[in-house]
Amino acid sequence: MSSDLASASYLAEGAGPRSWLLTTDHKRVAWLYFVSLTAFFFLGGTFAVLMRIELATPAGDLVSDDVYNRLFSLHGIIMVWFFLVPSIPATLGNFLLPLMIGARDLAFPRLNLASWYVFMFGSLFALASVVLGGVDTGWTFYTPLSTLYANGFVSTAAFGVFIVGFSTIMTGINFIVTVHTLRAPGLTWFRLPIFVWTLYATSLVMVLATPVLAASLILIVLERVFGIGIFNPDLGGDPLLFQHLFWFYSHPAVYIMILPGMGVVSEVLPCFSRRPLFGYKAVALASMAIAVFGFLVWGHHMFVSGQSAYAGVVFSFLSFCVAIPSAIKVFNWSLTLRKGEISFETPMLYALFFLALFTFGGLAGLFLAALAIDVHVHDTYFVVAHFHYIMVGGMVTAYMAGLHFWWPKLTGRMYSEVWGRIAAAVTFIGFNLTFFPQYVLGFLGMPRRYHTYPPEFAFWHILSSAGAVVLAIGYLMPLLYLAWSLFRGAQAPANPWRATGLEWQTSSPPPAHNFDRMPTVTRPAYDYPMKGLTEKRSDPVEDLV
Amino acid sequence: MKSPTTSIAFDRPARETAADSFAMWVLIGSEVMLFGAILLVFMFARLSYGDAFAGAAKHLSLPLGTANTVVLITSSFAMALAHMYTAARRWRAAGWALAATALLGVVFLAIKATEYAREFSEGLAPVLGAPFIYKGPDPVHAEFFFGLYFAMTSLHALHLICGVIVIGGILALWPRTIEASRFRRVQAIGLYWHFVDIVWVFLFPVLYLINR
Repeated sequence: MSSDLASASYLAEGAGPRSWLLTTDHKRVAWLYFVSLTAFFFLGGTFAVLMRIELATPAGDLVSDDVYNRLFSLHGIIMVWFFLVPSIPATLGNFLLPLMIGARDLAFPRLNLASWYVFMFGSLFALASVVLGGVDTGWTFYTPLSTLYANGFVSTAAFGVFIVGFSTIMTGINFIVTVHTLRAPGLTWFRLPIFVWTLYATSLVMVLATPVLAASLILIVLERVFGIGIFNPDLGGDPLLFQHLFWFYSHPAVYIMILPGMGVVSEVLPCFSRRPLFGYKAVALASMAIAVFGFLVWGHHMFVSGQSAYAGVVFSFLSFCVAIPSAIKVFNWSLTLRKGEISFETPMLYALFFLALFTFGGLAGLFLAALAIDVHVHDTYFVVAHFHYIMVGGMVTAYMAGLHFWWPKLTGRMYSEVWGRIAAAVTFIGFNLTFFPQYVLGFLGMPRRYHTYPPEFAFWHILSSAGAVVLAIGYLMPLLYLAWSLFRGAQAPANPWRATGLEWQTSSPPPAHNFDRMPTVTRPAYDYPMKGLTEKRSDPVEDLV
Repeated sequence: MKSPTTSIAFDRPARETAADSFAMWVLIGSEVMLFGAILLVFMFARLSYGDAFAGAAKHLSLPLGTANTVVLITSSFAMALAHMYTAARRWRAAGWALAATALLGVVFLAIKATEYAREFSEGLAPVLGAPFIYKGPDPVHAEFFFGLYFAMTSLHALHLICGVIVIGGILALWPRTIEASRFRRVQAIGLYWHFVDIVWVFLFPVLYLINR
């Protein structure tokens, strides 16, 4: 695919497997991650589709209860740790961070490549546990189930997640140091694109929260393999301790997942409404506030676990607090659109869907943060729906927005705008059809993690299963037309969206060392509408089809 | 001759040295969270089962623990010398100081291994299904104490082993390393080594000294 591209492109620097597997070019490492993460996304998605097929009827007719337990566990483990956590930072972030701040590469290019190998090494363990027969603890590895009773390959999977944690920390350190030391002349902190701010906030959380997960997984493995009693009451341990440690990581981890998505949307919305981002500083600082507050709310996962009622009240209050910076962002994004010259290219459609779905899922989070309501809907499909509205409706939608927005920069090719818009619409419909019924199910009392259910829930379950099929189609379509565009897409100009940002000032795809002349920054971010580029755009659909 | 910077992102070695030590500080922040989480677990358990923990702590060997503290702090002194000599470009002296640091690290590990062996033979190591033989009050929570003791000290020892290996690597490559890189490497491993030392400075009083 590289042969017909300009010789200056990073893709033309060699095509053999060596040139990819031993590269230290952040743009190529991003591709290594992109290919592996896409594989994991569809593997995890397959488990989800199998679950939804099973749930299309009230009886357990496709798989046994034990197999169902393994399906949702593997779906969760793979999606959370092998797709969502690394997704945007390791692919788009890896590719774009140096370009956006005007650097030749990340601060530690070899560490960056090493992080991918560590990731793949860890994923071997996770895949081994899939092949050997799976895990049945859920993605949360709760003790004492995971230490005493689980008959799956818990140690293998937990060890895989532990290893992947190192790769996360490596990426985090690399990004933090890069943002501090390699900004172009004139690129002050408050001129950074919000995407860089969110990558920075995410990296902080990665570096500070992942070791706590590592600690809890080490302790699980010590208990399972060496018999050291940390969580087992018979050996003097405390099972609740695991939940504290696990959620101290895993709640900040949801901000690791969503923050970069917020960053993508902050790039896309101003570009396609030709307006500067409203309240830039507030959005930038809200990202940091989310990163900080995210560490203080883990107890809201444990309202019914037997922690003290006073702790419950405090965690409930703090959980409401963390909604404030998120709301600040939603209001600022909405005001960015005001009086904008809005056009609906594929990235913009995804970004607008993100805005709707994230708001909807976030509001459900406030229900769950309220103590009394949480007791009612705890461990029901309401929680499942809330989580998926944020993680799939929010994070994956933002990932798709970013993928389409920067695809011309990544590949030097334009994708089919018509197919892009159709896929975005199909995804939006399929997503809501899958997960809105789950709010209703949860409110009616359907608990999560069961493979059978009473017939009165059938209507909503069937809607949800039908939606899952539509959603799967919505995610398969980009796989096809993006792959097609690699070979047949029109050559992309350097700046197809007339966007601000340093990454658009170099060619598409960029040369191996990113910039022919190192840039200097003299203007704030989101300097829309760009002067000198205000001529009427031709309709991209007419151009490309 | 190789380029003076390792990463193509930097144009000057001085910037890269600054970035290296900054990265090491970020890593230390991460490590603080790792040990912090386990220390917090320990403190929480100690508040809950104070008597059992105080009783169990008396079965640790104070002389060996104290000796190890002295050995490790001395190794940090040797590391500080290595850093000083590197900055002064006294390469031979710096190499010897690094070797002394690693050697003291190995001495620490040897003493720790003796201590573990003693605890195994006394039946205080509830590891790998070995029986836990304990005559004091509340043996269940005393066992918890020893579980945490082994988890914390072995994690610390693992960090020390990593440090010794890295120093060995730096020394092996020492003659072939350009001067700018020598300073960067010593600075980075120095920060790490002092951090691992400080972790022990927390572990020692928490495990050995309280309520003695």
